[in-house]
Amino acid sequence: MFEGLWGYEHPLSGQIRRLEEELDSLFGSGASLTGTRNIRSLPAGSFPAVNVASTPEALIVYLFAPGLESKAFDISIQQNLLSISGAREIPLDETATYYRKERFSGDFRRTINLPDDVDPERVDAKYTCGILTIRVGRRESAKPRQIEVR
Amino acid sequence: MTTQQNVTQEHERGSTARQATQRSDAAMRPPVDVFETADGMRLVVDMPGVAKEHLRLQTEGNTLTIEGDLQFEITDRMEALYADVRSTLYRCSFVLSSELDTTQIEAILKDGVLAVRIPKRAAFRPRRIEVQTG
Repeated sequence: MFEGLWGYEHPLSGQIRRLEEELDSLFGSGASLTGTRNIRSLPAGSFPAVNVASTPEALIVYLFAPGLESKAFDISIQQNLLSISGAREIPLDETATYYRKERFSGDFRRTINLPDDVDPERVDAKYTCGILTIRVGRRESAKPRQIEVR
Repeated sequence: MTTQQNVTQEHERGSTARQATQRSDAAMRPPVDVFETADGMRLVVDMPGVAKEHLRLQTEGNTLTIEGDLQFEITDRMEALYADVRSTLYRCSFVLSSELDTTQIEAILKDGVLAVRIPKRAAFRPRRIEVQTG
């Protein structure tokens, strides 16, 4: 009689979803079958979420960090490591009754390995609609060049 | 004949677009804080990348559904290297209890955070009753 309610906050439905996400991230992000991770990687679902994209001109890092100000982020590059840290404090309303509290509150730090061909001097960062977009340009000498045959 | 083709294409595009929002496995459920104050319920939802024009709040009876299309800057010849976020749709929905007034919902979106306030109907708000001596 209750089979139809399977989706509703069933204790197992969360685990099944997490299993799917785990498998997805294992095969999706190029990790090995044994689940070997980068030493600085964070567990799936950490705040803030990060996407990394590559273009011939730059490496682009997106941090999904809503509810902050541009100056809340501490962005630094040291020896091929791009590190972004900050804190998001969510004040608790003492007079309210909380039913769900899923949003992250506290300090965060995400570290991204940069490839060798980027130039740490050519970085710019922008924060709009809750996404911090960091663009790290590649070195001029590393860009593909057409060689003319005389 | 071209008009006929155009109409069919529009219809197909339309139904694919509808499919994208109806397939619940393609949507992400965003983190939400739900708390109750004396005057009503509040929801605070993290929806980074959603601008006001791509945010949809709908009530149908007692159900409140929040959807947002997430957008971020992309350029040509861009290749994904790593992605925590793989979908471009946030969706969450809540069944509201009957003492909440769904016609008075207020919502503010700032820096990817949506704050929703659903007041209780006037009759349900706590009121002090003055006792007069007489």
